[in-house]
Amino acid sequence: MTDWKVGTVTDTRTETPTGRSITISVDGWPGNLAGQHLDLRLTAPDGYQAVRSYSIASVGDATSVQLAVDRFPTGEVSPYLVDEVLPGDQLEVKGPLGRWFVWTPEDTRPIQLIAGGSGIVPLIAMARAHAMAGSTTPFRLLYSVRTPEDRFFADDLAALESETFHVDYVYTRSTPADWPTPPGRVTREVIEAVTIPASDSPGVFVCGPTGFVEAVARSLVDLGHQPQSVKTERFGG
Amino acid sequence: MSSHVDGNALAGPFSEVFRTDMTTAVCCCGGCGDTTTLATEMVYGTDALAHGSIVRCRSCDDVLITLVETPDRLVVRFPGIATLSVDRDTPPA
Repeated sequence: MTDWKVGTVTDTRTETPTGRSITISVDGWPGNLAGQHLDLRLTAPDGYQAVRSYSIASVGDATSVQLAVDRFPTGEVSPYLVDEVLPGDQLEVKGPLGRWFVWTPEDTRPIQLIAGGSGIVPLIAMARAHAMAGSTTPFRLLYSVRTPEDRFFADDLAALESETFHVDYVYTRSTPADWPTPPGRVTREVIEAVTIPASDSPGVFVCGPTGFVEAVARSLVDLGHQPQSVKTERFGG
Repeated sequence: MSSHVDGNALAGPFSEVFRTDMTTAVCCCGGCGDTTTLATEMVYGTDALAHGSIVRCRSCDDVLITLVETPDRLVVRFPGIATLSVDRDTPPA
């Protein structure tokens, strides 16, 4: 059984107008695989508790974890994490959790990652694991965001790009000034144009809001991907 | 707009009940026989996971599992599951 542990916030970084990343040092954290999540518990002064699941952006043996949180204006927990929490604050966490939506270097298939918004979090952990392991298996990321300012981990992703890891952005509301295509959603045509084709038998990991994940997963199957090679993680919304 | 998530979200609460990670367990629906990894089933009500959630079959929508959490107890019912099988090599949760 996995117990609740007390973590201390060591760093926060603004990522987007509505989101930031938070690094938490956790005594006794056993490390985590790429794609795993943790449960985070907040307790109000009156004893009321709220628990939420957050994917982990970091990977490996370290005893700290990096999360990234997007603010849901009506949420109970995310406004606190995005607007209020400070280095030195303590949070309760339980994990690492989940062994299904994970990538490990033993998986030598080509890998296509597809993220919507803050769905990038578990997928950047996979890209980091790929780089840390020196894996030469081809990795490609399709990252859908509303505007250029809404990219989480933009600098980190640019630094990870290599001969075996390529990032493609899709902007749904507004694009950078010199962008070749107008804003638009991740359609079947977009997926066909900029992802690893089904004929290469890639593993595919999709994470984002529920509607996004379901539309993308349908397109992937339409394009010939085997349903069992497409792993999804929905975070609601 | 649907607000369900998927069975990945069950890893935390089920770590209090089972020794291994249950999101990789294979679940057979008693209603329609659809057989899939628990991580791929549909979970409703996680916005209030502190109170309860319902797991539905991704294929026929039957209620597979209900979870109710209070500060003192976690109550799990399996009204719609025919079989839940785990790989004995799955590491501890």
